[in-house]
Amino acid sequence: MSLKFVIVAGTPSSGKTSVMLHVIRHILTDKIKVAACKIDCLETTDNIRYGRLGIPIAVGLSDYLCPDHFYVANLEEIWRWAEKQNAELVILETAGLCHRCAPALKDCLSICIIDNLSGLDTPKKVGPMLSTADIIAITKGDMVSQAEREVFHQQVQNINPDARVIAINGLTGRGSLRLKNEIMKSQPLETITGQTLRCSMPAAVCSYCAGEMIVGSTYQMGNIKKVDFGRAE
Amino acid sequence: MLKKISVLGGNDKNGIPETIRRLDIQKEEVLAVVGPTGSGKTQLISDIEQYANADTPTCRSILINDLPVNAEDEELISQHLVAEVSQKMNFIIDSSVEEFISRHAKIRAIENIEKVKTDILAVANELTGEPIYSTDNLTQLSGGQARALMVADVALISNAPVVVIDEIENAGIDRLKALEILTGHGKAVLIVTHDPALALLAERRLVMKNGGMYKLHRTNTEEKTLMEKLLTIEKKTARLRDYIRSGGSIDKNNNNEEGETLWQEYMYIPR
Ligand SMILES: Nc1nc2c(ncn2[C@@H]2O[C@H](COP(=O)(O)OP(=O)(O)OP(=O)(O)O)[C@@H](O)[C@H]2O)c(=O)[nH]1
Ligand SMILES: [Mg+2]
Repeated sequence: MSLKFVIVAGTPSSGKTSVMLHVIRHILTDKIKVAACKIDCLETTDNIRYGRLGIPIAVGLSDYLCPDHFYVANLEEIWRWAEKQNAELVILETAGLCHRCAPALKDCLSICIIDNLSGLDTPKKVGPMLSTADIIAITKGDMVSQAEREVFHQQVQNINPDARVIAINGLTGRGSLRLKNEIMKSQPLETITGQTLRCSMPAAVCSYCAGEMIVGSTYQMGNIKKVDFGRAE
Repeated sequence: MLKKISVLGGNDKNGIPETIRRLDIQKEEVLAVVGPTGSGKTQLISDIEQYANADTPTCRSILINDLPVNAEDEELISQHLVAEVSQKMNFIIDSSVEEFISRHAKIRAIENIEKVKTDILAVANELTGEPIYSTDNLTQLSGGQARALMVADVALISNAPVVVIDEIENAGIDRLKALEILTGHGKAVLIVTHDPALALLAERRLVMKNGGMYKLHRTNTEEKTLMEKLLTIEKKTARLRDYIRSGGSIDKNNNNEEGETLWQEYMYIPR
């Protein structure tokens, strides 16, 4: 069975759900079956918001694990769940809790959502989540000046020159139609098994991953990296 | 180069064809958009901004210089067609006025940055009574100063051919002058407003109703006279505000100026 598998990432509270709700509403008018899944860390109410659209919705909470690793380890399961729902398109919203998150897959449409309020230097700080995305949606333009919107837009485009950058208002849905059109243009996949990440994920295999709680070098094992104080001016 | 934007009529919220079947907006024109909340003003702007092609809920289509927009024309689609200034917008970046102007000017590849800095400050200061200095911090500007700077910046740096002015009520900026400056820089200006003075400042006004373009009025002579009066009242109110703010008081013993309305009778404005 073929399925459009769309990955939506972005900094916390950037407007991912708000934007996708508008986009899904547009898609539903075309009588296409959509399912949504949210990966978060500890808690989310996004399932209630997606659920109001009357579409199948699943939630995965990573709890003590890195949500990115949790996400990639569950992609096959999410695919199978979406198939069971007879979905033609699945929207997978991930938490984007750390700037090093790298959820994009080579053949899946990957959308990054970032907001104007996060500051002009944020596009530089957000790593692979933004730099490897196909489409970047910028929200909350209604709260800043035109000048800031234009500079922010340019900052984003500089970091990812190949991405299509779209301004969307998560409250009113203004701009969401273009995102819907981009999603409809994307190619469905036959299977997710064997797909490749565009960028390696943040790594962490150390004693703290295994539940260590005490501070100090003698308690540290595995993949440990130290601050290079020589570099700080 | 944009000369004209046309909106080809679609449907209102009930799917009934809207009354206005075609709306042409020329560059250097000011068009007011009025109608109650929920009447479809935002959707109209959104249709224009997204180059609607019978694919939005309203089924409107947009023509640029009489031609439909090719959805594959990435270069055109990614351009900012619409710049916007609204009451709700604020500067959030912690930076001085001049630093930020040059940052914005650089992305537009403007060569003479010093000149554009001076020009923007001059224009902004024409629009507001409270002086703005190049070293002021953006986040510290008053509402009026911020709006004035936004208008000046949109006129001189932004390359969007259409400017939407959304709900700029009497926020301490000279709105008549603001419109002159924007149209003077070749922009088509859409004013979305509930304010009668502002609505009548435009040559034409579009009335929205139930999601559709319902009526198109040309501002007539009586309306223009009324608009002049409204603007005079606004100026007087502004003077009164300054007077009270700077410690003035109003009592019967002060000379009145014109004796037109009640408060003026009790108010003495020192010259
Ligand atoms: N003013 C404004 N607010 C917005 C916009 N988009 C979203 N919001 C608000 O921002 C807040 C967060 O939006 P969400 O859609 O929950 O963001 P999210 O990225 O899904 O959040 P998490 O899933 O919790 O990371 C909500 O209060 C939205 O109403 C926008 O374009 N403008
Ligand atoms: Mg969300």
